[in-house]
Amino acid sequence: MSPTRAEDDVAAIAKRWKNKRGSLIMALHGLQDRYGYVPRDAAMSLGQEMDVPLARIYEVLTFYNYFRLEAPGKHVVSVCMGTACYLKGAPQLLDNASERLGIRPGETTPDGEYHLQVVRCVGCCGLAPVVTVNGKLLAKVTAETLEASMAPAGAPARASAPSRAGAPALAGASAPAGAAEGERA
Amino acid sequence: MARLTLAELQARIHAPSPAADMPRIKVGMSTCGLAAGADGVFDVLETEVKRRALNWRVSRTGCAGMCSMEPLVEVTLPGERAVMFGEVTPEFASQLVAACADGNALPADHRVPGIADLARVAGEPVATEGAPRQYRIVMRNCGVIDPEQIDEYLDRGGYQALAKALSSMSPEQVIEELKISGLRGRGGAGFPAWLKWRLTRESPGDEHLIVCNGDEGDPGAYMDRSVLEGDPHAVLEGMILGGYVIGAKQGFFYIRAEYPLAIQRIEKAIRQAKASGLLGANILGSDFSFNVEVRLGAGAFVCGEETALIASLEGRRGTPSPRPPYPSVKGLWNQPTMINNVESLANLSQIIARGGKWFSTIGLGKSTGTKVFAVTGKVKHAGLVEIPMGMTLRQVVEGICGGTSSGGPIKAVQTGGPSGGLIPGRELDTPITYEHLQRLGSYMGSGGMMVMDETDDLLELSRFYLGFCVDESCGKCAPCRIGGTQMLRLLDKIAAGKGREEDIATIRRLANAMQKASLCGLGQGAPSPVLSALRYFEPEFRGRLTMDRN
Repeated sequence: MSPTRAEDDVAAIAKRWKNKRGSLIMALHGLQDRYGYVPRDAAMSLGQEMDVPLARIYEVLTFYNYFRLEAPGKHVVSVCMGTACYLKGAPQLLDNASERLGIRPGETTPDGEYHLQVVRCVGCCGLAPVVTVNGKLLAKVTAETLEASMAPAGAPARASAPSRAGAPALAGASAPAGAAEGERA
Repeated sequence: MARLTLAELQARIHAPSPAADMPRIKVGMSTCGLAAGADGVFDVLETEVKRRALNWRVSRTGCAGMCSMEPLVEVTLPGERAVMFGEVTPEFASQLVAACADGNALPADHRVPGIADLARVAGEPVATEGAPRQYRIVMRNCGVIDPEQIDEYLDRGGYQALAKALSSMSPEQVIEELKISGLRGRGGAGFPAWLKWRLTRESPGDEHLIVCNGDEGDPGAYMDRSVLEGDPHAVLEGMILGGYVIGAKQGFFYIRAEYPLAIQRIEKAIRQAKASGLLGANILGSDFSFNVEVRLGAGAFVCGEETALIASLEGRRGTPSPRPPYPSVKGLWNQPTMINNVESLANLSQIIARGGKWFSTIGLGKSTGTKVFAVTGKVKHAGLVEIPMGMTLRQVVEGICGGTSSGGPIKAVQTGGPSGGLIPGRELDTPITYEHLQRLGSYMGSGGMMVMDETDDLLELSRFYLGFCVDESCGKCAPCRIGGTQMLRLLDKIAAGKGREEDIATIRRLANAMQKASLCGLGQGAPSPVLSALRYFEPEFRGRLTMDRN
């Protein structure tokens, strides 16, 4: 996390969006980019700064799959379940990952290392099946490459990444980085 | 870059394009390319060229469409035809530079057909003998220009349509041109674009607004992502033209948060256009001022529906509202709002620059122009194709994309995603038009085309699609919320081998209710995959019913 104080960051996000109409969702994206999820405290301060009732913030947060309400694990493994990936064996990959990590989709391992989730479609259907690990896209994934990507260090072994998504998703990455693994199961 | 004047911009079209006096290497660096390792390849190419002190140009480009062969590298030597290489590894990239530098012939391996072999590109002479089967209007710059350089877009005639409209066409004349072109909405439903534009223009309001719908939610479709990543200025130019026509001062791009690179590229394009005087106050010295902002979706399929999208843009839950009033009358913040899909907007500049008549000669009947499809699933060459409307499904799936990956017969093709339908192999000679696809019980959709072979279980696929819609139902109206869940339970029951004869009739009855009574397109379209599967493959469902009468 960056050395800035959390309250200052929330205030900055609120200030950026407060006077723009209809910008609550953008401000919430700002929070999730900063923390990796939307902490309740941050949502409360945001509401105060932006003059939005907390109930309305949660009404929005709980509607959209992209927003996380709890901190995910250190490494986020997202199995794409778009139609092309589905046809090309994504359900089997999800089972493999689930078994390997001992958790179900949407859960985090007890040691907080891994978070497993399903994404709807990352729009990379020509290279199906696709998995992202910490935002890095792995193409034409097989059981073996998935296993390698979840190697002990958690770093994708043979992956190549979109240029900006190199940092772990939790490190307060800037706007779109880490976005590809945002959806919950 | 300094602000352009109208005269400077218009002079560019007469300027000869810079002669290629040095070898040029382009690397496809859209999401697909990057996933396949294009950045590693790019690094090697750049390093090698630098190390050998070669006066070559290595640049990034968007998606050329052959996604399954990424990373793609195109090499153009001065005076020669471009050569495309596929599945390029860093090692091969290094060999490639070595071969060129030593004056040897380009390697013979890794070669794949280039853009000129595959497609006719709008505004360019047909280079190859024999007719390429694709026709690129929307994708004319994808895989050709560096999407992050506005100059490359300008060199390809970019913003000439805007210059033309601002200097010599009234908004009514632009609408008339659009009417002649016959362009219909590419989001799926096919509503005439000119009519939407006119209705919005004529609706009274404090302000008029324009929205680009980039919430490409169909799992299995990614045309809009590729266009936003590969040619963001084309979409932006369409947006600015739209703003001019309806009298808007403000526009919004609504893009899925799952598309970080598309967001990044469109934001960059906006900054460049502003710096060049193509966006902002007094565009190209005219009295037309227009700004755009980017807003992100947050993972809700229903937000592709226009009234739900409006709710989301207003910062609320993405629940749809009954229409009328249509957004063209009462949309964002109750103002007249024109919502266009990415692909529709990307067509605009070409229609205005080349004329509606030119556009109307491409296509078949009332389906004019081209359509981009993401052909994926069990297909040999998965990727994006842009074809003139009226081409048959077989020509696309077998002719262009090489048939199934296994070489076996095509069992079915699915268009329209979770709101579309299955088309059985025997109907593949159907031309692709809005009307023909609807007659088969499917619809055009936004451009997903999923290919299935004999091993695919269509009952499972029906459950997959319906499960998706049940998950994504916003829950506002009962037919969608309850109907979908009940129908899914019946499909689960059949899949578990416990289904009965009457369950199939119940599914059909529920489907009918959902189609007729759901509030928005999500609920109305959700039964389509199941219904079309029953229409063409009912025996597969019946074979799973139990014979046990207790």
